[in-house]
Amino acid sequence: MSTTPARPRVGLFATCLVDLFRPSIGFASAKLLEEAGCEVLVPPQTCCGQPAFNSGDKVTARDLALQVMDAFSGCDYIVAPSGSCTGQMVKHFPELFDEPQLAMRARAFAAKTFELVSFLTDVLKVTSVEATYEGRVTYHDSCSGLRELGIQSQPRKLLASVQGLELVEMNENDVCCGFGGTFAAKYGEISDTIVTKKTANISDSGAPLLLAGDLGCLMNMAGKITRQGKEIAVRHVAEVLAGMCDEPPIAGPGKTRK
Amino acid sequence: MTLHPTSPDFKDNAHRALHDPELQKALGHVQHGFIYKRQSAVERLPEFENLREAARDLKNHVLQHLDLYLETYERNVTAAGGQVHFARTSAEACETIVNICKSHGAKSVTKGKSMVSEEIGLNAAIEAAGMQAVETDLGEYIIQLRGETPSHIIAPAVHLTKEQVEGDFRRVHTHLDDARDLSEPVQLLTEARGVLRQKFLDADVGITGANFLVAETGSSIIVTNEGNGDLTQSLPRVHIVIASIEKVVPTLEDASLLLRVLARSATGQDMSVYTTLSTGPRRETDPDGPEHYHVVLVDNGRSAMLGTEFEDMLRCIRCGACMNHCPVYHAIGGHAYGWVYPGPMGAVLTPSLIGVEKGGHLPNASTFCGRCESVCPVKIPLPKLMRHWREREFERHLTPAVQRYGLKVWAFFAKNPGLYSLATRAAMTTLAWLGREKGRFASLPLAKGWTEYRDLPAPQGDTFQAQWRKRQRETRR
Amino acid sequence: MSARDDIFSNIRRSLGVNGKETPRRAAVTQRLADTPRGPIPARGQGSPAARLATFITEATRVSASVVVLDSVQSVPQEVARFLQEAQVPLTLKRGSDARLADLDWQAAGLDVSSGPSGGSDLNAISHAFGGVAETGSLVLLSGPDNPVTLTFLPDNHFVVLSGADLVSDLDSVLAKLRRIEALPRTVNIVTGPSRSADIEQTLLLGAHGPRRLHIMVVLG
Repeated sequence: MSTTPARPRVGLFATCLVDLFRPSIGFASAKLLEEAGCEVLVPPQTCCGQPAFNSGDKVTARDLALQVMDAFSGCDYIVAPSGSCTGQMVKHFPELFDEPQLAMRARAFAAKTFELVSFLTDVLKVTSVEATYEGRVTYHDSCSGLRELGIQSQPRKLLASVQGLELVEMNENDVCCGFGGTFAAKYGEISDTIVTKKTANISDSGAPLLLAGDLGCLMNMAGKITRQGKEIAVRHVAEVLAGMCDEPPIAGPGKTRK
Repeated sequence: MTLHPTSPDFKDNAHRALHDPELQKALGHVQHGFIYKRQSAVERLPEFENLREAARDLKNHVLQHLDLYLETYERNVTAAGGQVHFARTSAEACETIVNICKSHGAKSVTKGKSMVSEEIGLNAAIEAAGMQAVETDLGEYIIQLRGETPSHIIAPAVHLTKEQVEGDFRRVHTHLDDARDLSEPVQLLTEARGVLRQKFLDADVGITGANFLVAETGSSIIVTNEGNGDLTQSLPRVHIVIASIEKVVPTLEDASLLLRVLARSATGQDMSVYTTLSTGPRRETDPDGPEHYHVVLVDNGRSAMLGTEFEDMLRCIRCGACMNHCPVYHAIGGHAYGWVYPGPMGAVLTPSLIGVEKGGHLPNASTFCGRCESVCPVKIPLPKLMRHWREREFERHLTPAVQRYGLKVWAFFAKNPGLYSLATRAAMTTLAWLGREKGRFASLPLAKGWTEYRDLPAPQGDTFQAQWRKRQRETRR
Repeated sequence: MSARDDIFSNIRRSLGVNGKETPRRAAVTQRLADTPRGPIPARGQGSPAARLATFITEATRVSASVVVLDSVQSVPQEVARFLQEAQVPLTLKRGSDARLADLDWQAAGLDVSSGPSGGSDLNAISHAFGGVAETGSLVLLSGPDNPVTLTFLPDNHFVVLSGADLVSDLDSVLAKLRRIEALPRTVNIVTGPSRSADIEQTLLLGAHGPRRLHIMVVLG
């Protein structure tokens, strides 16, 4: 690819979960991108189509892929704070189209689409962030980010630059949390068994804060942690990297809201 | 004759499995042992990734030329004095084998471990014909005593504890003295070794599977750790090999390539203890070995998978790494899958072999975490193939109505950004207000599948997009 | 249509071929003639001394025991020593392999008989066709020289491996196999003594085959 423009126009694909449940992750992402010298755009957007794609509804998945590609056509890059949605755009959009024109377009779109943290480190060559967090954290590697996109060292590299932060690895940090999109609802009982093992590994790490790069997995783990009455806070890694931890943690009891 | 699938009852099976304390205890052994051993073996071999790629390419080459390699194989088996039989279906395969056994006046038949023999229901067919079938792999022997099927393709009794095995031995081995200590695995093994030794010596026919069939030489290859496959094929007068058609490889070197990835992926060994190439019956001057050598090649739906989106599945060399690394398998074990092949490979293969109407749950019961694909020695894109089954179900309107309806509503809004914005803002603001104190919901209508097991985090308030635009407007002002 | 013909026509229909296409036939003929090798692990490669060291390391890892002898004449003494140490009667079954038949077993106090095993032999000895440094494996050929039952029925299996027959990798020994006149009924590649982990994943030696595998590498 050609060299990075001086001030790249980055389309932030917030993902539907962030859009709906936790806008603060969107703002943290925007802050990180702006601090790294990007112009951040948020074109009107809905869903990348992954739920349809993984449910076998290829027609809807195609329609939504086209909608996303149209919405972000003016951007140098497309960045999402999620390995899962990025995986859909990078790995699966190109599989959706047999028509040569569209397939080529999907491949070109995929080539300029990145997960947030890996975009910061791998493309913008960011090596440190200006943030402080006093305490120990543990990090869960979400499956799509880890295995579809190879994201593993990148968040750890940036977390290491956060002042006061100590990363303690949990056992089996690369094992699925049991979310799996619609799986969590369709096969709730199996999903529950998997997430119960995960929260045990999280507690065993001794860290009072759990981080990951995907809100779906985070909501699943946070929901289990509060149901079990564990005193562990849960946040998206972008919130810590951006130094934006003033909002209550995911599923955590609120401070008074506006 | 074939095992009746309970795959349509997957959810009930899984529920029972999750509440079976002995099973849950036994499954603990899968989660850690296999994974750690494989990882160590892979780390010891820097060429492993290259081997995986070469193994994938080799299997693809074979599948594209399957007819020609099968012809070569058949010719070379015959040249070595063996006989090749073809079977289109389970029933045909069973009939062929039973007839061979009968023609040699067999009373007792020993068996090495073979998944395709489970697939075709061979033991039942042999017994129905009035002969005794004895499984000789320790794990297979144990589950045969229990009247069960394997719960894992390389560790058939992995779902059992040693206490359960002791109970079975005491029930069936009536010679056992009550005072004899059988509390440890080694004592159980010694007991089984003694009983099975006599069965090996008494057998008239020995049946083994094949890990590979070598076209170049007409050899069948089996790998075992116990040596049971070798005693099964060397002591009786007749050796029958049963194998599915995709097991053929061109040359000895090709078998060597696959051997290098097979044991490492399966048990974390560099090589299984016994890798045996068998070619024809005993030679004229041989003092031991079988006098007759038959090979039964089974199709049973595989030729129909070629040329489809499921062709990649025919690369499978049955190592079990996918299930060893599967969080769903770890949770429920193999029997819940309801047929012969469990775990990710079973989730793809089962609908191909028994139909998606019966096997449809299996490709859906995956989080698509991708760990199976990442360890597959022949790089089968298992999540992608499971997704293809979901597509076929969707096209054929087999997807459950609730899911279909939910998806339709979601898609309607997702395809209309304006309506989406209005609806989500209203919904999220309301939900945020309802959950404002606790920050989560312990139950919520329409989200029972979720909130039955875990809380649903409450949204923060207005949507990100709405807040972003509001801020943009404020900055501009 | 016979099952055979039906299966072949199904395969060809699925692949969209008729089986007579020259390029496909040529690809198959060529692969069978060229016998290309996959990636060969570096592990077993190196000088004869390095190969021997790797072989010993790998065979020991899989619970075989290995000794290096200067002469094949020392084999009977070594077998006797091993059996005495293991407190096992000094009996031994062998095949008709001349390299073993000619040794002075009596002098070592061993009661040796020859032929296949019927299941009552405690100990047996074989001469290997080859050894593989890569994995510490032995390659044994069945036949009158080495009845296959000797490899599986006894409790203690002794194998003599001539240093000259120790190769770096499995493919090298397979290439050597291709040079012999005809394959024997079985080629047994043996990597350690018999084992099972079928009960609670507990690894135990001596499942159905030998509990002990003692390898004697003879140099010179």
